[in-house]
Amino acid sequence: MHFAFTEEQIELRNAVRDLLAKECPPEVVRRAWSGGAGRTDRAWNAMAEMGVLGVVAPEAIGGIGGDEVDLVGVLEETGRAALPEPIVETAAVAVPLLAEAGDDRAAALSEGGACASAIAPTDDLAVWADTADLLVLFDDTGVHAVATSDAELERRHSVDGARRLHRVVARLGDSTRVGGPDAAALAFDRGALGVAAQLLGLGAQLLDTTVDYAKQREQFGAPIGSFQAVKHHLANVRLALEFAAPLVYRAAWSIASRDGERSVHVSMAKAHASDAAVLASRSALQCHGAIGYTTEHDLHLWMKRAWALGAAWGSAPGTAAASRARSCDDRRPGAEIMSEAAPYCTERTRRGRAWPERPGPKGQERES
Amino acid sequence: MDLTFDEAEEAFRAECRAWIEENRPDPALPSGDTREGFGLHRVWERSLFDARWAVVSWPREYGGREASLWEWLIFEEEYYRAGAPQRVTQNGIFLLAPTLFAFGTKSQQDRYLPAMASAEETWCQGWSEPDAGSDLAAIRSRAVRDETEGGWRLTGQKTWTTRGAFCDRLFGLFRSDPEAARHRGLTYFLVDLRADGVTVRPVERLDGDEGFAEVFLEDVFVPDDDVLGEVHKGWEVAMATTGSERGLTLRSPGRFMATASRLVDLRRAAGDSVDPAAEDAVVRAYIDAEAYRWQTFWTVTRLAEGERIGAESSLVKLFWSELDVRMHETASELLGSSSELIDGPSADWMKGLQFALAGPIYAGTNEIQRNVVAERLLGLPRK
Ligand SMILES: Cc1cc2nc3c(=O)[nH]c(=O)nc-3n(C[C@H](O)[C@H](O)[C@H](O)COP(=O)(O)OP(=O)(O)OC[C@H]3O[C@@H](n4cnc5c(N)ncnc54)[C@H](O)[C@@H]3O)c2cc1C
Repeated sequence: MHFAFTEEQIELRNAVRDLLAKECPPEVVRRAWSGGAGRTDRAWNAMAEMGVLGVVAPEAIGGIGGDEVDLVGVLEETGRAALPEPIVETAAVAVPLLAEAGDDRAAALSEGGACASAIAPTDDLAVWADTADLLVLFDDTGVHAVATSDAELERRHSVDGARRLHRVVARLGDSTRVGGPDAAALAFDRGALGVAAQLLGLGAQLLDTTVDYAKQREQFGAPIGSFQAVKHHLANVRLALEFAAPLVYRAAWSIASRDGERSVHVSMAKAHASDAAVLASRSALQCHGAIGYTTEHDLHLWMKRAWALGAAWGSAPGTAAASRARSCDDRRPGAEIMSEAAPYCTERTRRGRAWPERPGPKGQERES
Repeated sequence: MDLTFDEAEEAFRAECRAWIEENRPDPALPSGDTREGFGLHRVWERSLFDARWAVVSWPREYGGREASLWEWLIFEEEYYRAGAPQRVTQNGIFLLAPTLFAFGTKSQQDRYLPAMASAEETWCQGWSEPDAGSDLAAIRSRAVRDETEGGWRLTGQKTWTTRGAFCDRLFGLFRSDPEAARHRGLTYFLVDLRADGVTVRPVERLDGDEGFAEVFLEDVFVPDDDVLGEVHKGWEVAMATTGSERGLTLRSPGRFMATASRLVDLRRAAGDSVDPAAEDAVVRAYIDAEAYRWQTFWTVTRLAEGERIGAESSLVKLFWSELDVRMHETASELLGSSSELIDGPSADWMKGLQFALAGPIYAGTNEIQRNVVAERLLGLPRK
């Protein structure tokens, strides 16, 4: 047992953090809100140059040949910066999916020459689909990669103005399918892990920003951070992040090592990371007071991203409506935990996760 | 990163499991926080010791197996998984022992460690006093120098002493230099509760057991040999012990994993009639227990590489104590009107709830822990 990142993994993450501090400061995220494509250009190209998009691509196609454990810290940093780019969809989902399917398009994606969007099986919309070359779509036969030019897009608007959402109508069939149910389940897990990692980064960023503010803002002749009520809000955020992070890193390892319980581990990670980031948002706003309630302040850039990602790729238990509590068609780990013998007290049974039976995402047509 | 246990560790797990399954008292022992139950638990502790399972991580000469931290965690998982008895020796083996290893002389270690591991001598903690709870440095019980006898004379009152009415010895802080500033001038003593001048009054706890005691000391002689660490430096020594209490050693993940698992069983037994909110709470509890386990593995990897953890132990204490309360409250919801019963099959849940409710109070209250997190980990200003 050795539960830690290697020096190289930490260096890669730090390099990405430095790069994004330079190329994706809050002004750049703001520009994505108002700019045409809602993306960054420079940050994306710089990440591509660094090889970050090909971390999990095999060396044979020009990638780094790493795995999810190498990638998870990188994605955390993209969350910290609220990077307005489809990096999870491209680097975490599409690249390994296509590479494993022997599909040539993996190379262009991992080099940054093209990018992908996706609609998670739990969701209805694709983010930055209009500027993506490729769409990863799921149905009950598996997972598909469709050229964006072959799909019809209808723009929808997110509370996070940097997230350009689209409803997608596309024909799915044998010609578009790049993997069956197992590949689909793996792609879903990778996407959910990626978003969970970004949520950790968002939570950390919200906490750091708020701690700085609480040290500097004075009321009643003292920094507000000296008031116990404020301290306890922020301690709660630190606590939530502290116990979400190990679940996310463990899930990354479970994907990388093809652990039989991989999907449950990812669900747990996503559930905790969503809750932690949403708590961080709420506490950050409360501790800022009215200045955090204006779009002139940067806080909302991270907060709104956290809301969006908290609900994407499967929401956390508790935030899910009670009526959904027993269904299996969400990223909730409940069904697995309840239906499987709890591994602590009973022998662990190895099994493949039953792919949820549900119709393809709304708006997608299937070839008959 | 490698998240598997190796063959030797798996073999160790199998060995623990087999021994505990074979030897675990069945039916379960009565509460160790009663006089009768305490005696029976001592017998159980003795059998653990004889088979070298009482203190697996300790040196062999003191009854251990020199197990790694990982093996110790595995032992704990197996111990609680099997529903084996509470550890009435815990204040000794988990709280005093780490301090004895760090600060004790060789002769103190030889004298006390094997006897505490075999439950021949049981220990209680003497920190709290009527006017010193969260503000521990306010303690008043004093130690006066006795040059002729070569030791100290202790006078004062300790309170909320867990199992004080049944234990043989007490460790705690006394004010040896009344002139010094609050945190200075304190000395850490190892006190024989059978000595002249000691009176112990049992106090009934919330759950009706006599688990608490008040300890009155009147001119009680303690020889120099029973000072732990340096005279007047007791605060530093004591802080090492409270770190163990908050963190890993007292509350390893195994116990919460076992409770979470029993909660899942309870949910299953309830059939279809369960409120979705209660079911959600069960799932959350299960995930939280997993989170606690993996956060521990994360920390233990750092410890195994020689790093030290400091104020992070406050996060750990907050997490396990609040998880334990949530799990037991959820059980009450699932049990509905039978949750109030203190006889029959659900009684353990009510007992457990009452114990869990103490978690946010002892080992430094959770309000204090949140202050520590905010000030020491986040760097927010002290008031
Ligand atoms: C089951 C159990 C077993 C125990 N066993 C032992 C034992 O074996 N030996 C021993 O010495 N002691 C023991 N204790 C006592 C325990 O250490 C104390 O209860 C604890 O330190 C709190 O002190 P107090 O009870 O006096 O509460 P107080 O310190 O009076 O606190 C009361 C309330 O005020 C809050 N408060 C106090 N100061 C602050 C502050 N600065 N900021 C915010 N809130 C504050 C507290 O958080 C709490 O909510 C035990 C307690 C329990 C419940």
